[in-house]
Amino acid sequence: MAGQHKSEFSNPLINWIDTRLPIFTMMQQEYGSFPTPKNFNYFWNFGALAMVVMMIMIATGIFLAMNYQPNSELAFGSVQHIMRDVNYGWLIRYVHQNGGSMFFIVTYIHIFRGMYYGSYKSPRELLWMIGVVILLIMMATAFMGYVLPWGQMSYWGATVITNLFSAFPIVGKGIVTWLWGGFSVDSPTLNRFFSLHYLLPFVLVGVVFLHVAALHVVGSNNPLGIDVKSPQDTLPFHPYYTVKDSVGLCVFFIVYAVLVFFAPNFLGDANNFIPANPLQTPADIVPEWYLLPYYAILRSVPNKLLGVCMMFGSIFVLFVLPWLDTSPVRSARFRPIYRQIIWVWVVSFVILGYCGMNKPEGIYVILSRVATLYYFLHFLVILPILGKLERPLPLPESISRPVTGGGGPLPSGATAKPMGKA
Amino acid sequence: MADSSAATVAHHGHPDVTKRDFLMLVTGATAAVGTAAAAWAFIDYMNPSKDVLAVSSIEVDLAPIAVGQGITVLWQGKPIFVRHRTEKEIKEAEDVPLSDLTEPQPDSARVKAGHDQWIVLVGICTHLGCVPLGNKPTDPRGDWGGWFCPCHGSQYDTSGRVRHGPAPANLPVPPYAFESDTKVKIG
Repeated sequence: MAGQHKSEFSNPLINWIDTRLPIFTMMQQEYGSFPTPKNFNYFWNFGALAMVVMMIMIATGIFLAMNYQPNSELAFGSVQHIMRDVNYGWLIRYVHQNGGSMFFIVTYIHIFRGMYYGSYKSPRELLWMIGVVILLIMMATAFMGYVLPWGQMSYWGATVITNLFSAFPIVGKGIVTWLWGGFSVDSPTLNRFFSLHYLLPFVLVGVVFLHVAALHVVGSNNPLGIDVKSPQDTLPFHPYYTVKDSVGLCVFFIVYAVLVFFAPNFLGDANNFIPANPLQTPADIVPEWYLLPYYAILRSVPNKLLGVCMMFGSIFVLFVLPWLDTSPVRSARFRPIYRQIIWVWVVSFVILGYCGMNKPEGIYVILSRVATLYYFLHFLVILPILGKLERPLPLPESISRPVTGGGGPLPSGATAKPMGKA
Repeated sequence: MADSSAATVAHHGHPDVTKRDFLMLVTGATAAVGTAAAAWAFIDYMNPSKDVLAVSSIEVDLAPIAVGQGITVLWQGKPIFVRHRTEKEIKEAEDVPLSDLTEPQPDSARVKAGHDQWIVLVGICTHLGCVPLGNKPTDPRGDWGGWFCPCHGSQYDTSGRVRHGPAPANLPVPPYAFESDTKVKIG
């Protein structure tokens, strides 16, 4: 149609392929020479780290599925079979089990990076929203994966979470029966959760691709939060950031390995070593640590429907964050008040997680209500008002200026308007 | 191409609505209905299958249940509480003013006439589906002497009615009938 692509690769085989399907040119443009702001700090490692955990999870998951039995009679035993009988089954399973936690640690830091440095602001709103979709898919996948070992916490976690949908008037009961494929969580539920737990990671890969594609259109944000003004502000992605990501990756693998080899059940729940029993609820039903804050929000509201709405709302509010934050300045570095209150929000999130771990009694009820209130107040009230009241610090003229003290010649007008949208 | 077809149609005297518009609508509508019909198969596929739906009823022998005790049996995958209430518990359940209840229901509507010492309930907390404690006399039974849900602290009275949140409704009574004084059929 449009003729052949003119490839610049000298290797004849690569050239032959690249002429017909320019994937090598694309890789070179997007990951080789890709111009990247030169002032990244280590917070910018976490997207790449999340990508690595995702691939580890898919690889280990596919192998676990070879020995797992998605049947309520066999599931618990088949996981024990993997742990005890299958060669390196313990390793693959512990890497997968703790990989879930590592995935969320890395992703939460990645999200915090976005919030601290204003990466969700124009022109990266859609990039951010796709990221929220990724978070939702991760949560759904993690929840269904946790059900598969069919221990007590698997069973009762599934029961409590699927019952959330019964809060909706009229259709609620029907939805829950439909989700279960029966009148309680049982084999049909386990079967479909296994099917979806296998499917969703591949959906995740697709959405991550969109996330990265959107990133490569608008370009990366950076710790100063100002736009790239000239080639002097950037470095080619390879080798500068491939190397920087590798350093972070080593640290990441050390933490991951410590978990897998020295404390593989540190983040797990002892109740999940007991096979599922529909007749006995464990004394305390708690989700995995990464879902605790949302669980605390759910329990902080005495009304069932309102609690469910607040819990989902706590994620959905992130979708509109780019429009709730009215400040034109991206990086918290230049926002003296935001730089402090973002930490109050982090503290409220951690308190919620802590409350989610404990029975909803006494001090934890009050704490979780205060923290829930602040969580929403931060997004719905403080951010919209703060953007109008706060006086930001003066922004540097370019990325190069604070880094090298010099920097290239600036395009005219850039000094007067340091940020495109400001 | 579009111009020439429009011209042809105009020649036949229907300048606004063309045959092509009609075909577009019919094709689109057929595709939409067909897609919806196909989607229904996938949606309904996830509903309970026939073997799950098959009403499995169970019979429960009441003779071994002493006064003040309860047992839990499994019916359609759900725990069913069968409790032999004491005189005091029956009286407490009957004497509560309906205005005190979250979901007002007299005790007489929740037991079978002449068998008011027996209460049969689906033992699933109406909050988020945990199994409340209280069937064994040694279990915590809450402030109203019935059942106590360990998950989120809901409490039920001796008639299985919710008395303390967050549960929004009473424990449901499953369909059951007395076959004799010491035997019930549930389902």
